[in-house]
Amino acid sequence: MTLVSDSAEWRAFWRNPSALTGLALVALVVLAALFADVVAPYPGHAGPVGDFAAMSAGPSAQYLLGTDTIGRDLLTRLIFAYRLSLEMAIVVLAIAAPIGVAVGLLGGYLGPAWSYALMRLTDVFLAIPPLVLAMSITGFLEPSAIHGMMAITMMWWPWYARLAYNLTRAEKQEGYVLAAETVGASTPHILFREILPNCMPAILTKMTIDVGFVILIASSMSFLGLGAQAPTPDLGSMVADGARYMPDAWWLTVFPALAILIVVMGFNLLGDGLREAADVRG
Amino acid sequence: MSPLLRALIHRLVASVVVLIGVSMLMFAIARVIPGDPARIALGPNATEAQVQALRHERRLDQPIPLQYWAYVRELARGNLGNSLYSNRPVRVDVAQYLPATLELIFAAGMLMVLIGLPAGVLSARYRGRWGDHIGRVGSIMAVSTPAFVWGVILQLMFAYLWRLFPIEGRLTAALAPPPTVTGFVLIDSILGRDGRTFFDALHHLALPALALAMAGIGQTSRLTRASMIETYRKPFIEMAHAYGFPEWKIARRYAFRPALVPVLTILGLDIAALLGNAFLVESVFGWPGLSHYGVEVILHKDLDAIVGTVLIIAAAFLIANIVVDLLVAVVNPRIRFAGERS
Repeated sequence: MTLVSDSAEWRAFWRNPSALTGLALVALVVLAALFADVVAPYPGHAGPVGDFAAMSAGPSAQYLLGTDTIGRDLLTRLIFAYRLSLEMAIVVLAIAAPIGVAVGLLGGYLGPAWSYALMRLTDVFLAIPPLVLAMSITGFLEPSAIHGMMAITMMWWPWYARLAYNLTRAEKQEGYVLAAETVGASTPHILFREILPNCMPAILTKMTIDVGFVILIASSMSFLGLGAQAPTPDLGSMVADGARYMPDAWWLTVFPALAILIVVMGFNLLGDGLREAADVRG
Repeated sequence: MSPLLRALIHRLVASVVVLIGVSMLMFAIARVIPGDPARIALGPNATEAQVQALRHERRLDQPIPLQYWAYVRELARGNLGNSLYSNRPVRVDVAQYLPATLELIFAAGMLMVLIGLPAGVLSARYRGRWGDHIGRVGSIMAVSTPAFVWGVILQLMFAYLWRLFPIEGRLTAALAPPPTVTGFVLIDSILGRDGRTFFDALHHLALPALALAMAGIGQTSRLTRASMIETYRKPFIEMAHAYGFPEWKIARRYAFRPALVPVLTILGLDIAALLGNAFLVESVFGWPGLSHYGVEVILHKDLDAIVGTVLIIAAAFLIANIVVDLLVAVVNPRIRFAGERS
C-alpha cells in the first residue's frame, strides 16, 4: 500500500472520477494561491485600499466576481484569502500531526500506565468541541491569524494521537515488530523506523483531508471575528462582512461561501480518493 | 452488578476524570495568558486601587494552584464563579442561555437522523444509479460547507428572498413567551397549551436547526451508505437471500441493525461538532443561546465565564457520548461495552 510508484493503487486512483475532481480543485486553488501576485487581476486590492467609484458593483467583465463595499475586486481578495488559508492549514498540520503522532505512538507502544496517562490527556482535549476550544484560546489572547493558528494547532493534535494510537496497537502485534524486539532493537528504533513507516499512508491521507477541515475551522473562527483581522483578506470574515449586505449585494456572500466549499471539498475528495486507492484504515 | 451497569459506572468515572482535566486545562490557559483580567474587566479608566481590590476579591493575587483549589471547592458546590461581563453568577447565565442551545441541538440531531439515515439506506439500495450519485455529491458538499455558510445561504433563500421563514430570533416579538418551566420554548408552550406560540417557535427553529444539521446529514448518509454496503457483503445476508426472503424484509430485519452500529458511534462524536457549530448558527440567526453568551464573554475576556461555559459544554458532550454508547449496546447485544473505548 505504498503511495509511490506505478502500482495498482495509483491506477485505481487515476480511474476514480471523484478523486480526480478533487485533485483538479486542489490544483486550481494551490496554483492560484502560489501565483497570487500574477493571477489576481488587481493585486493591490489585497491591502487597505479603496476605489469608491467602483464600490459594491456586481459581477461584470471588469470585475468578474464584483467588488466589495469599498470597491476592491472580490476575485483578487479571494485568491489572497486562499493563500492565507493554505499557509495556516500547512503550519497547523506541520506542527499538530508530528506531536499527535508521537503521543499516539508512545501511548500505543509503551506500557499500560503510559498508555492510560497519554490517552486520558488526549481525551481531555477531545472532550471540548474543537471550535469551542479554539475560540476560547483565541479569546484569552487577541484575535489574529497567528493566534487562531496556535489555537487550532492545540485542538488538532489529539486526533492524530488517537489515530496513531489505534494504528500502533494493531501494528504492535505484527511479526516484524516482534522480530525487531527479539534482536534487541531500541524502542525509538522500533517506534520511528519500524512502526511509523507502516502508519504513514493513513496519516498522510488524514492530513490531506484535514487541510480542508483546518481551513473550514479557521474560516468559522474568523466568521465570528476571532481570526484574521481587516484588512487581511480572509474567507470567513468575507462571508461575515458580506452577510450584512444581503440580499442586495449577494455576491459578497455567495462567492466567498463557494470559495470555501471548493477548497474544502477539493481536499476531501482528494483525500478520500487516496484513502480508497491505498485502502488504509482509520 | 450487571456488566452493563458496571461499564456505565466505569464510563462515568472516566468522564469525571476527563472533566477535571478540562477544568485544569482551561484554568491553566486562562491564568497564564498575558494581560490582567481585572484591568480588562474594569477598563482603562479604573484606578490602580480599584484594580488591586478586584484582584484581591477574585484571588488573582494568589498563586495559581491555590486559585485552582479555591475554584474547585466552589465548583463542588455547583458554583461556577461570577461573570464580570453580566455581573451575575455564571451558573445563572448558563441556566438562562443553555436551554435555547439544547433545543437547537436536539432539533438538529433529529434532522440528522431523520434525513441522513433514510438517505444513506436509499443510496446504498440504489447504488450506482443516478439518485445515488446525486446523494453522494450532495452529502460531500454538505460536509464540506461550514455551518455558518449554510446558515447564511438558507437565510438568504428562505427568509430574505422567498420570505417563507423568519430571518432571526426564537419567537415573534409581538408574541408573549410562554411561562418558563423548562426553558425550552417548545415544551413550555405545550405545557401552557399555547398552540400559536408552539408553531411560531417551530417556525423560527426550522432554518437554524437545518443549517446546524446539514454537515451531520451529509456525514450520516455517507456513513450509513458505506455501512449498509459493507453489511450486505456479509454471509448472513447471502443466506437470507438464499432462503428467498423478500428484499424489504432482509433490509429491515437483517441489514439495518448491524449497519447502524458504526453510524451511531460516529454520531456520538458528531455531537461535538453540533455543540461547536451552534456558535456559528446562533450568530447568523440571532439565536439567544449559550453560544451567543460564549462569544460575548470571550470578547470581554471574562475568564470565569469562559471556563464555566467550556466546562458545561464538555460535560454535555461527555453525557451525550455515554447515552450514545448505551444506544449502541442496545442495538448491538454483542457489545456490552468493554469499559472504555481505546
